[in-house]
Amino acid sequence: MSKDVKAQEAKNPMEDFLRMDRIPHIWCSGCGIGVVVTSFVDALRKSEIDLNKVAIVSGIGCTGRVAGYVKLDSFHSTHGRAIPFATGLKLGNPEMQVVVFSGDGDIAGIGGNHFVHAARRNMDILVICVNNFNYAMTGGQVAATSPINANLSTAPYGNFEYPFSLPYLADACGATYVARWTCLHIRRVTMSIQEAFQKKGFRFIEVIAPCVTLYARRNRLGDGLNLLKYYHDNSEIRHGADTRTLDIGYQGKMIVGKFVDREKPPFLECMNTHMKKALGDKYVPYGE
Amino acid sequence: MKTLKPLNGNQTIAEATRQVDPDVIAAYPITPSTAIVESIAQFKADGLITGEFVCPESEHSAMSVCIGAASAGGRVMTATSSQGLALMWEMLYIAAGLRLPIVAGIANRALSAPINIHGDHSDTMGARDSGWIHLYSENCQEAYDNFIQAFRIAEHMDVRTPVFVGLDGFIISHSVEVVQVEDDAEVKKFIGEYKPVYSLLDMSRKITVGPLDFTDYYFEHKRSQIEGIENAPAVIEQVGKEFGLTFGRPYGFFEEYRMEDAETAIVVMSSAAGTGKDAVDELRQEGLKIGLLKPRVFRPFPYQKMAEALKKMKAVAVLDRASSPGAFGAPLFTEIRNALYDYAERPKVINYVYGLGGRDIKVEHFKEVGAKLEKIRKTGKVEEMCGYLNLRES
Repeated sequence: MSKDVKAQEAKNPMEDFLRMDRIPHIWCSGCGIGVVVTSFVDALRKSEIDLNKVAIVSGIGCTGRVAGYVKLDSFHSTHGRAIPFATGLKLGNPEMQVVVFSGDGDIAGIGGNHFVHAARRNMDILVICVNNFNYAMTGGQVAATSPINANLSTAPYGNFEYPFSLPYLADACGATYVARWTCLHIRRVTMSIQEAFQKKGFRFIEVIAPCVTLYARRNRLGDGLNLLKYYHDNSEIRHGADTRTLDIGYQGKMIVGKFVDREKPPFLECMNTHMKKALGDKYVPYGE
Repeated sequence: MKTLKPLNGNQTIAEATRQVDPDVIAAYPITPSTAIVESIAQFKADGLITGEFVCPESEHSAMSVCIGAASAGGRVMTATSSQGLALMWEMLYIAAGLRLPIVAGIANRALSAPINIHGDHSDTMGARDSGWIHLYSENCQEAYDNFIQAFRIAEHMDVRTPVFVGLDGFIISHSVEVVQVEDDAEVKKFIGEYKPVYSLLDMSRKITVGPLDFTDYYFEHKRSQIEGIENAPAVIEQVGKEFGLTFGRPYGFFEEYRMEDAETAIVVMSSAAGTGKDAVDELRQEGLKIGLLKPRVFRPFPYQKMAEALKKMKAVAVLDRASSPGAFGAPLFTEIRNALYDYAERPKVINYVYGLGGRDIKVEHFKEVGAKLEKIRKTGKVEEMCGYLNLRES
């Protein structure tokens, strides 16, 4: 290799944050997951968080691969169980900033029960959910987030089941921070993650992302650029919108923004306060 | 009309499901069995299946749906692999304990951790005490044939026990072979109509399913459950024979390959048996009197027949595509060695764990085993009873 060519070899700007021996990643050209990872890394940089105090947990699926690619303490758990693994991590070392990074199939489908309960008990974790409206890793099956009428491999003539509106679900279960963006809103996603890092309790950020190979192809929606155009033309920023109004119809309008930002003591604080009251001086507070 | 079709293992299960047309199908996507459900979804959408097709939110829920539907008297099927089967664990015991004749196609795959999507038998072997009947398939044709027979076996009045039909993940699930697909009407005739005896939703005779059963009758009920699977061998044999008479491909508990005059034998299940047969041919050409035995039925374990087939050997190698950490040998080995215990003259039996996480097994590896058996036959000495095949150990 000549010197000139070597000089041209640019270092990946995210190299310090990635396990380069695992790169190239498996994500398809036009997929939105990488964009969210970039925003996440950007938010880590800008927040100047000690990387030794951040742990990341993923479940199974395309987004589930994130834990394997980022150079942080990371855990690639089983399908649907990222949130309980994260709960254990957080309680094991309450100083840690624990982030769950997974997809809609993992978090809202098979792991839906854990999502609901972690939000209810206000577990102090940040959940970033990349929503591509289908089980992409296994070939585009109908998921808990698939819009009505969308065509999927297990719904070949369109989905007829009501999908979840994830921000509404998170809000109803008591999350302290709820936002939704699309892959087009790169800076907004970054800012949202930065903001969520500053908060306590169960924080939830949904990022709508294109699945070009399966969802878009089956529904003849074009390539990644077509989908970003759709996000551009059909997403409307409405901070503080009533979370009951956030349903996403098939290729319909998407309300994005920050919907919930409330103060509420997280799980450990509730436990310590309660037990102090019950046991007085005998109680040794945990993780304070 | 019966036709030859190019199908992969997953498609054969879907094709058989289309022909059986169960009342309820419930499954969750998981590699490598997902394509079974996808094909079924397409059949359903095209009106080729009349039964209900449900996409639940997990495998645990999928098996729960199957149990509900079977309790209501339905003919029911599902498909899964690996972690999916592991997540069904709780419900597997419920299905067997309630004597519900559910049929599950399993594209066998390794269990986490570490995460691996490739073929081995850890999933169904892990569920070997769940009370289900296990059938294993060497190729796509056997997967198709086993799946059709599974309904007859499961639903037989003396058995009423759920059945797994295993096919090796990717190796069979994703490999296309020419498969003899039988005539729809002939298949329907073969499996017959399913008549549930006790079922929910029969308002003229209301029942309760799954109530508490403590120290008073739990033990007796468990005994009666075991009787169901103990009755299975006669039914499996009968159905296998009848299948042969109807479609020209008879089935037994295991297949014997060049065993007539063999002095040593390799026992191996599923897809690896195909490679094993090639190796046996080569070893025979080299002058070794070696044969191969391929178990098809693992539960109920056909211990008497298996022991009769193997007792005259000088040395036998049992190959397991699953490990049983801490046990004295892997699952198939412990069964076979146990089955031979009462014979005064019995072969030396050794065990190899092979192919975990989809690690390839080639003719050369089988030949390595053949050479080891030949050495044992000559010397009568076993140096290492339980070992591994094609594994880096340094």
